Amino acid sequence: MKKQYFLNADIVDPKNNINENGGLIIDEKGKIEAIGKKVNKNNIPSREKITDLKGKHIFPGIVDMRVFVGEPGYEYKENFRTLSNAALSGGVTSVVTMPNTDPIIDNVSIVDFLKRRGRDKSKINIFPSASLTKNLEGKIMTEFGLLQRKGIIAFTDGLKTIQNSLLMSRIMRSAGDLDALIMQHAEDNNLSMNGIVNNSIVATKLGLPGIPDISEKIIIERDLTLLNEYSCRYHISQISSRKSIEVIERNRQELNFTAGVSINNLSLNENDIGDFRTFLKLSPPLRSEQDRVEIVNALKKGYIDVIVSDHKPEDQEQKRLTFNQAATGASGIETLLATSLELYHNQSLKLDTIIAALTSNPAKILKINKGNLSIGEDADFSIVDINKPWVVKKEKIISKSKNTSLDEKKLQGKVLNTFIRGEELFKL
Amino acid sequence: MAIKSNKAVKISQKHLLGIQDLSITDVNLILNEAKQFIELNKSKKKKLDILRGKTQINLFFEPSTRTQSSFELAGKRLGADVMSMNIVNSAIKKGETLIDTAMTLNAMHPDLIVIRHQDSGACNLLSQKVNCSVINAGDGRREHPTQALLDALTIIDRKKKIQGLKIAICGDILHSRVARSNIYLLNMLGAEVNIIAPSNLTPNGIESFGVNKFTDMKKGLKDCDIVMMLRLQNERMTSSYLSSNREYYEYYGLTQDKLNFAKEDALIMHPGPMNRGVEIDTNLADDINKSVIQEQVELGVAVRMACLKIFCE
Repeated sequence: MKKQYFLNADIVDPKNNINENGGLIIDEKGKIEAIGKKVNKNNIPSREKITDLKGKHIFPGIVDMRVFVGEPGYEYKENFRTLSNAALSGGVTSVVTMPNTDPIIDNVSIVDFLKRRGRDKSKINIFPSASLTKNLEGKIMTEFGLLQRKGIIAFTDGLKTIQNSLLMSRIMRSAGDLDALIMQHAEDNNLSMNGIVNNSIVATKLGLPGIPDISEKIIIERDLTLLNEYSCRYHISQISSRKSIEVIERNRQELNFTAGVSINNLSLNENDIGDFRTFLKLSPPLRSEQDRVEIVNALKKGYIDVIVSDHKPEDQEQKRLTFNQAATGASGIETLLATSLELYHNQSLKLDTIIAALTSNPAKILKINKGNLSIGEDADFSIVDINKPWVVKKEKIISKSKNTSLDEKKLQGKVLNTFIRGEELFKL
Repeated sequence: MAIKSNKAVKISQKHLLGIQDLSITDVNLILNEAKQFIELNKSKKKKLDILRGKTQINLFFEPSTRTQSSFELAGKRLGADVMSMNIVNSAIKKGETLIDTAMTLNAMHPDLIVIRHQDSGACNLLSQKVNCSVINAGDGRREHPTQALLDALTIIDRKKKIQGLKIAICGDILHSRVARSNIYLLNMLGAEVNIIAPSNLTPNGIESFGVNKFTDMKKGLKDCDIVMMLRLQNERMTSSYLSSNREYYEYYGLTQDKLNFAKEDALIMHPGPMNRGVEIDTNLADDINKSVIQEQVELGVAVRMACLKIFCE
């Protein structure tokens, strides 16, 4: 690989507190050799080819903590190859895959297969998570220690919540011993029984059973109560309501934990469901505009650490159904950055905050050396025109499934190039 | 009998999916049309040829006696060719999706599809996939527009107006599409609506629909002109909403002592089927001076004839 030189870019790298106009030099091995305002024409040999990035941004590669890939079992929805192409077009270079596959990622032998497939078929960095409990049944915990040795970096039942408090306490103690990261999808099954949309006037109007916001809050309160006794690395996957934020705010000083939010809950509300749009059937459900605004504020205040795409590809057959029957989830990895930038353009959040929530914060929680532009590290980054307007078109989605929650939405900000280990793997 | 055709006013919607979509002009158009059919239905020669050559398909995914037979009869009296799909023996039982069923039926060029489905919004989905008009005969807990229209027609027939009347809707509001459609329609027509239900069966945010909410039946019935009882929909209840039918009857069943709080000439309505002794005292249900439950069924045919005629045009 030849050395590469980029100049005049607006570089945002929250991990290293860089937010300045400057250059980037990638060495022959695809590592970052120099970065920042010190890099200018004067310290680059004149015979070298220089890429001038005036008006463009350089961001570290996004680390997406919540991605569903169809492999193994649901390859017709998404495989590692299609996922990585979709991810690269959105500036995502590392993903944590959810264990809700067929078979479920709950034992050591399946992890080898997964890592091999991820390595052979995917161009992005795949960090698989494994389930918290065997077969996602919420009964017997998986082998956190052995699975970690095989390369699992987090544990979650993905779409499911540990309902049993005793089991949850044991999971926390075990995770504490083994330094394992627990990611909980917070939802009380009984309170949200049969529910499919936010329990509000919208549910009443649409005649759909509701999921109350307290169903999320009660699990978070329980888990934080347990965490107070049994300390471990604990992360709440997705916050959807302001009631949950109150609980986080109350406990943030005393306890060590982190929280994430899906880009859907940050950018949409329950009214977007409109006339039974099944692509907006999500878990957690879209809630009120007031909830959305409070979630944005929580990001600003640092109560929420991470933005995830909650990328959940579903094929047509799972969505061309009545709202009750349709599958839950939306494809979102390729629109994650542009949708997040909406919050910058409408002056809700600083660019630093958004990029940190997409790169350095998840990397820190996961304890992986990604999502930064540190000297000597892999040059995983993207070049972005944050002002470029475009319209999301279902038929232009790169992911194998086209179930975007943002069809026809006007966005501002487009990834122009994405690099992994210095190699340009996507070009607009 | 000569049926006047009202060419001047047109319905604003292609489909009848819910009262929510209708304007007051639409509602009056349907009710006025229906009034003309009331007499016809009582006469000896009931058949017209307004819909001759038209095909009406009834697609009932849920069991139904009165609504399905009412729509079938309404279509036949207007001269339409009516086909009622038997879901139990159909490809739906073999796993066909609603959209595929819709496409199949659409290929047969019907002029009207009447659908009842257990899922809210099923009629909306269907209406997006077929060329003909779709009439909602009840979708999940969302809407049952023809029931609300026939209830309004019954009230108008007896009370000569709806504007200014005080109307109580009592019982399982949470699971009731009839309640939702009636709330929209009665509000639109200027009635004051009281909702009476235990909290467990009251939907979230119902006050914002412009109704008064009560948990005490006697308070809710005070000075009401109409008492509309709803069926306890046990088949939709997946967990414990109530302690027992016995206690429910004690607090929310319509009995003479509770009815005494309503106006003396208050009318009792029920969309059927009734759970006698659960939500309504059996003698009250049959009291011909107070109960208009049979008239609701009778006028139901007229309202459905009006809807079929209007939405077929």
